Amino acid sequence: MIRDITIGQYYQTESPIHGLDPRVKLMGTLVFIISLFAGKSIWAYLFITVFLLIIIKISKVPLKFIVKGLKAILIIIIISAAFNLFLTDGEVVVQVWELTITKEGIYQAVFMVVRLIYLIMGSSIMTLTTTPNHLTDGLEKSMGFLKKIKVPVHEISMMMSIALRFIPILIDETDKIMKAQMARGADFEHGNLFKRAKTMIPILVPLFVSAFRRANELAMAMEARCYHGSQGRTKMKPLTYCKNDYFGYLILAVYLIVVIVINIFVG
Amino acid sequence: MPIIIDKIDYTYEIGTGFEKHAIRNLSCVIKDGEFIGLIGHTGSGKSTLIQHLNGLVKATKGTIYYNGQDIYDKDYNMNILRSKVGLVFQYPEHQLFETDIFKDVCFGPKNLGLSRKDVELRAFEALRLVGLDENLYYQSPFDLSGGQKRRVAIAGVLAMKPEVLILDEPTAGLDPKGRDEILNCVKKLHDEMGITVLLVSHSMEDVANYVSRIMVMNDGVLTYDGTPREVFAHYKELENIGLSAPQVTYIMQDLKQAGLDVDTTAITIEEAKNSILKALGKI
Repeated sequence: MIRDITIGQYYQTESPIHGLDPRVKLMGTLVFIISLFAGKSIWAYLFITVFLLIIIKISKVPLKFIVKGLKAILIIIIISAAFNLFLTDGEVVVQVWELTITKEGIYQAVFMVVRLIYLIMGSSIMTLTTTPNHLTDGLEKSMGFLKKIKVPVHEISMMMSIALRFIPILIDETDKIMKAQMARGADFEHGNLFKRAKTMIPILVPLFVSAFRRANELAMAMEARCYHGSQGRTKMKPLTYCKNDYFGYLILAVYLIVVIVINIFVG
Repeated sequence: MPIIIDKIDYTYEIGTGFEKHAIRNLSCVIKDGEFIGLIGHTGSGKSTLIQHLNGLVKATKGTIYYNGQDIYDKDYNMNILRSKVGLVFQYPEHQLFETDIFKDVCFGPKNLGLSRKDVELRAFEALRLVGLDENLYYQSPFDLSGGQKRRVAIAGVLAMKPEVLILDEPTAGLDPKGRDEILNCVKKLHDEMGITVLLVSHSMEDVANYVSRIMVMNDGVLTYDGTPREVFAHYKELENIGLSAPQVTYIMQDLKQAGLDVDTTAITIEEAKNSILKALGKI
């Protein structure tokens, strides 16, 4: 049940995508998102689909695994599809009572759903192929220029990596707490909304207590090893680009240009 | 009420690429009033197995009968099963949540839908059974020591009046005194209340002194099942799966090899003492 959440999870295997520099993958995700919103025609989306499928194939992450992550946002997808379907003005196709479905609405809804799904799939590929540590390293380095205007980039990325690191731990903990309370007869599945909200208390209290305890212990352990923020801190494995990474950037540039070209000439 | 485990199999996270076969074709019977020690190395599947017994985890294959009824039947009432088969998890921190201890112990019986009077009576009785100091009843459960938290956690399950009590590593992280107190308390519950007890542990010393039957799990399979004497006779094989016999067994084996005619099946210190004294002709 709670273990179904795959957003932010890392899938361990070896592939060219896993080996890429995290900065390339971050840029790639950004380029992919831009292309999703730039693409206007079916042809552009066809090209994006092919690109996405090739990337998934290369990354060796099972497609089933990526699709499973979509379950978490199913409701958002349905709601945004419904809004687009019923609230877009245009040529009326079907009218039932107050609800009208227009040709433009159908068009919009389909595009919206595809965009959302691809958005999640694209960013899942990044998180599935990059360890949280790598990801924050990449972010820290890419955002390094912000240090000049006194943004504590290192501290923020450290907080992010700790937060990411704790997600699976807390999920695991929640699972255990739920089981411990179910063993005492707690029922999380039945009852109305108010009742169900109340049954969350026996889960949330132990979860918060343990999260604070863990945070405390972690802070202590970091201080014991003389952690004092970014000043003078060096990396054990500094990020450096290699041949594959430049090749990755090249592919991304070509990809973006192709999407734009399709837009101009076919759209 | 006996629990019959019939050829169960359990695999974690099927179809995700992280599959793990935790239990393989396991069958056994737990009879009324037994005091069983379930032993296994970390990751041997013992915690997974006990979660099957009160229906928290559903076997991928096979089935479990409690009191002659298949617990996987569609109309089987899991809530009743969970009140009859009480499971105390390893970390009391996972279940304590109320503002005071007494309220926390009330949580279980309250979920059974009893009247307020019954709930409170049961909570008092459970707290008395685990021998917690009465001055602590209305204090926050978070201020207690590790051993006291364990007792409150056990009381929280006992308040549901289970017929079978399962304890997952109740002594982990406790000092020797706290460990003995908890185990003696459990033994008292077994002897006086007639509750069937299943004690999960990886300490042979812990179980050797208390239980009448030992089940050894290794890699999801029930490897040995018998009296402590029978199981510890396999002390060499136990070492191969990352376990060991009680230290007494080793001393007795060494003494025997050194030429002293002692009983090598002694498993508690008391038995060993008598056997050595006898061999030396002192009694």
